[in-house]
Amino acid sequence: MSRRPAGGAALPRWVLIPAAAAAVFILLPILALLTRIELAELPSLLSSEAALSALWLSLRTAVAATLLCTVLGVPLALVLSHATFRGSGILRTLILLPLVLPPVIGGIALLNTFGRQGLLGESLELLGVQIAFSTAAVVLAQTFVSLPFMVIAVESALRGVQKEVMEAAVVDGAGPTQLLRSIVLPLILPGLASGVVLAFARSLGEFGATIAFAGSLQGVTRTLPLEIYLQRETDPDAAVALSVLLILVAVVVIGLTRPRTAPDALR
Amino acid sequence: MRRSARTRLLPGALLLVLLSGCANSPDSSAPDSRASDSDTPDAETGQPLRVFAAASLQQVLDPLVQEFTERTGAQVQLSSAGSADLLSQLEQGAEADVFIPADEPTMERAQDASLIQPTASVIASNTLVIAVPSGNPGRIGTLADLADPEHALVLCAPQVPCGTVAQQVAQAAGVALAPDSEELAVTDVLGKVRSAEADAGLVYSTDALRAGAEVETILIEEAAEFPNRYPAAVLAEAEQPELAGEFIELLLSESGQSELEQAGFSPAPEASG
Repeated sequence: MSRRPAGGAALPRWVLIPAAAAAVFILLPILALLTRIELAELPSLLSSEAALSALWLSLRTAVAATLLCTVLGVPLALVLSHATFRGSGILRTLILLPLVLPPVIGGIALLNTFGRQGLLGESLELLGVQIAFSTAAVVLAQTFVSLPFMVIAVESALRGVQKEVMEAAVVDGAGPTQLLRSIVLPLILPGLASGVVLAFARSLGEFGATIAFAGSLQGVTRTLPLEIYLQRETDPDAAVALSVLLILVAVVVIGLTRPRTAPDALR
Repeated sequence: MRRSARTRLLPGALLLVLLSGCANSPDSSAPDSRASDSDTPDAETGQPLRVFAAASLQQVLDPLVQEFTERTGAQVQLSSAGSADLLSQLEQGAEADVFIPADEPTMERAQDASLIQPTASVIASNTLVIAVPSGNPGRIGTLADLADPEHALVLCAPQVPCGTVAQQVAQAAGVALAPDSEELAVTDVLGKVRSAEADAGLVYSTDALRAGAEVETILIEEAAEFPNRYPAAVLAEAEQPELAGEFIELLLSESGQSELEQAGFSPAPEASG
């Protein structure tokens, strides 16, 4: 199942040319970035207190956002894949909106929802919940922009689950929850894994919604991308060094999740 | 057989065409060939004057650009962005005739990189004010009120020009500010105040004015000592240095200064004592 069909379905050779162009298009700018780095200065740039606190904050919030995306996104994908109700198509489209929305506008939308004057602001204030300028706001911003990735990944995996398998399980007397737990979830695990990778990566890189919604304070709301943007103002070299740090973190995380699971998840 | 061979070749041929098209394009956007490009047939008189100006100047420059075109017949192409963005674009070889960043340190960096001609003139200045949401929900009266941690206070980060000034002003006033957020740009500070997410923010007088009725302005006495100056200079590699000089003169002229004043800027020191 995870092997590519060999021989018969060989690729036409010309595909290699645009494929190579695509790879170069992505890798060349990153290479150009790496050439700007002064290796001797790297350790001191990366170990500054501001950098470390931004990195730690980014890791914590991105993990939290990914968990939220999983807890909320997988059930939504399940519902959408079963959807027979009217308007489910529209719902599916609307849920993808954060993908098209410029993140800054997403942040403004969140502000209008959870902010002090927002739709839910007063109710939240009554409950004693202050989201503004808190780490929770960062997690919310990241979840908002990342959730669609999780939903898409899991839903397309669900469509790959064969009806016969599920029907057979039902015939064998499996209830809905048991079916979900022992048949569906194991089958969509690769899709779920790539959803996790995508959501985490998107959360890690999140900038626009965070700055518009959460603010920017060291250790509280200033994640690595915000710190990078700020450093660029005075010290572009430090900004590049921090970007490399971000890339490294992303590569490590994606590397940890990807090899066993991802290849056929997003077909 | 023949047919299938042809269909197989076609995409490849198309690709070659596309690729060679790609290979050519960098040349056509290379610095030297740009003046002779299609949209500017006459390099001497037809090319627009390219002005790189800080984002905070965009609105006030629009009418002045119009006036300039009426006077000289020259078109002006105005690029507005953050000062640091503009500077890094210039460093990367972007072509311009006039550079007007929002603070002097940025101009000094341009000077150090020999990007501009040696003389820069200050065209306007700006002072820091307290911006509060309309209605002033936090009941802010003076700068000293901002020391109260109960108030949600938003500043620019010290790395950003407006943040540097905020620190200086607070120090001069002997007020210890405890911000809830140190934003990356003055726009972000203003955004938090406009949405009443913050009780107060420190921004420039012009920013507060631009926000209109959503924001109330409270003046800070000590801020007058720390004006933020907008310098303008002709680029060292300007293709139309004379026209560029004329544009800066217009900004310093009476009509330029009155336009700037209407937008909340203080006059340039040279123009009126």
